[in-house]
Amino acid sequence: MSHGVLPSAGPEDPVVVDGEVARRRGWGWLLLVPGMLYLAVFFVFPTIQLFLTSLYDPSGSYVTGYNLTWHFANYVDAIRDTWNLFVRSFIYAGIATFVCLMLGYPLAYAIAFKAGRWKNFMLVLVIAPFFTSFLLRTLSWRTILADEGPVAHFLRTIQILPDNGRLLATPVAVIAGLIYNFMPFMTLPLFASLDKVDYRLIEAAGDLYSSPLSGFRRVTMPLSLPGVVSGTLLCFIPACGDYINAELLGTPKQYMVGNRIQAAFLTEHNYPLAASLSLILMAVVVVMVIIYVRRVGTEELV
Amino acid sequence: MATDVRAPAAAGKPAGPVRTPRKNPARWFSDHVILMIGILVLVYMFVPIGYIFALSFNQPTGKSANAQFEAFTWNNWSSVCDPEGLCDSLKLSIEVSITATIFATLLGTLMAFALVRHSFRGRGLSNLLIFLPMATPEVVMGSSLLAMFVSVGMDGVLGFLTIVIAHVLFCLSFVVVTVKARLVGMDSRLEQAAMDLYANEWQTFRLVTLPLAMPGIVAAALLSFSLSFDDFIVTNFTAGQSVTFPLYVYGAKLKDFPPQLFVVGSIMFLVSFVFVVAGEIYRRRRVRAWT
Repeated sequence: MSHGVLPSAGPEDPVVVDGEVARRRGWGWLLLVPGMLYLAVFFVFPTIQLFLTSLYDPSGSYVTGYNLTWHFANYVDAIRDTWNLFVRSFIYAGIATFVCLMLGYPLAYAIAFKAGRWKNFMLVLVIAPFFTSFLLRTLSWRTILADEGPVAHFLRTIQILPDNGRLLATPVAVIAGLIYNFMPFMTLPLFASLDKVDYRLIEAAGDLYSSPLSGFRRVTMPLSLPGVVSGTLLCFIPACGDYINAELLGTPKQYMVGNRIQAAFLTEHNYPLAASLSLILMAVVVVMVIIYVRRVGTEELV
Repeated sequence: MATDVRAPAAAGKPAGPVRTPRKNPARWFSDHVILMIGILVLVYMFVPIGYIFALSFNQPTGKSANAQFEAFTWNNWSSVCDPEGLCDSLKLSIEVSITATIFATLLGTLMAFALVRHSFRGRGLSNLLIFLPMATPEVVMGSSLLAMFVSVGMDGVLGFLTIVIAHVLFCLSFVVVTVKARLVGMDSRLEQAAMDLYANEWQTFRLVTLPLAMPGIVAAALLSFSLSFDDFIVTNFTAGQSVTFPLYVYGAKLKDFPPQLFVVGSIMFLVSFVFVVAGEIYRRRRVRAWT
């Protein structure tokens, strides 16, 4: 294998994929083994365990123990009791992801093409809020959006919010919190793929008399699509399962499915319910992701 | 008839083969407004940071520091460790994050090399298995890990070990993705050149491949560290009685909220900011030294 990476070395030994990456056959896959074992033991096995837990007899309890009775009715009960939480979670996460895209795209675009020598600095600024605990940041949003806080005061002054209107403890506050917390997850992948776009292609579109708008629509946008896909996924998936924003910025009326799972697991110790809710959430998210990725059409997921 | 209407308007514009820089609104928009929107979004992202800094100098008079600014004081900064358990939780968080980062970076880098550099059966399945933890909401991951720890009788030892296991798990996929991105973008002709110049496989790896992959590995490690340090949801399930910094903040929210927490938040921000800026200066120096 000493000459193994040379593309011309032999017809079947070095495999050239994508034109630039030389992949080799041989024992290299062994590098994958430790990580895969880790995922098998701590991801696949727990997920199976969670599946079995979801089929426990719900009449058991934390104290008396549970029996595995293949009680599929747990799923029916879970959906019947909490379908509105699922709907709410996906609506909140969907809106938050959309707004993140609308705000993150101009930001990523500005960093990639307009920032000039401030590019790296602006990129650092995107990641910088990450450095402080997200709980502290969310708690400070609670202060900012509070009834006597500056934002509510301002909105009341310009009559957007009625005089007794609130921001905190409303869906708006929860969604704003989600937008805030997941914005970097949107911006960074968008930047990564916009930064790879050859700016000369955009200029060429202009030279060929395309208006800036159609140039954007037909050149820039398609080329940045991989970033849009991974950004929306990295934003939407965690937002679906989040319960911190709903808890700190909302009330039980804004609770999302994550709140229910957390409460069922950690305070009620109703493991069958918590497990079936978790698996439904995971299944719905995975199905949505697969449909989305298929429709947008990127080849590799990671 | 529509063409008749448009014709005089088009004649007003500079026509012909010579292209003059057009000053139409859309171009102006893309030049200035986008940058302004970008800066506004950045400002929005920094609003809570400003609040955290301001509140770190707050002298709370009421029962809770989590309200309005009352009076200015330096005391919080000189008494960071005064609230009971605060500095212990920080210490635990740092230990957990460092341990989890080392393991996740090691395992993930090996996996990324295998996936990018080697061909074998089951690549698709491996990619799927690496992707799934990222597609799993944190509540699900935390609850499944807790269900497993309980079922194998590890509920007695919930703490450092179980937190690290969980953190390595959710960092791993991010490491693989980050390092993979770097490896895919690497010019493999550099390694071919090294081998043409009689470097053996190990020398090529150590002197060419690894230095080229290093920025990706470092980025992955930093990402792991920050994900791990800041994680609340998964940790909440797997920590047992242990208290990491995010768990401490969460617990403090329910009781009196010591203003020292805002000091820690500010310090975290400043320290990492200094690190990043120093890294950037170092990088620029090196680039300048080479050119």
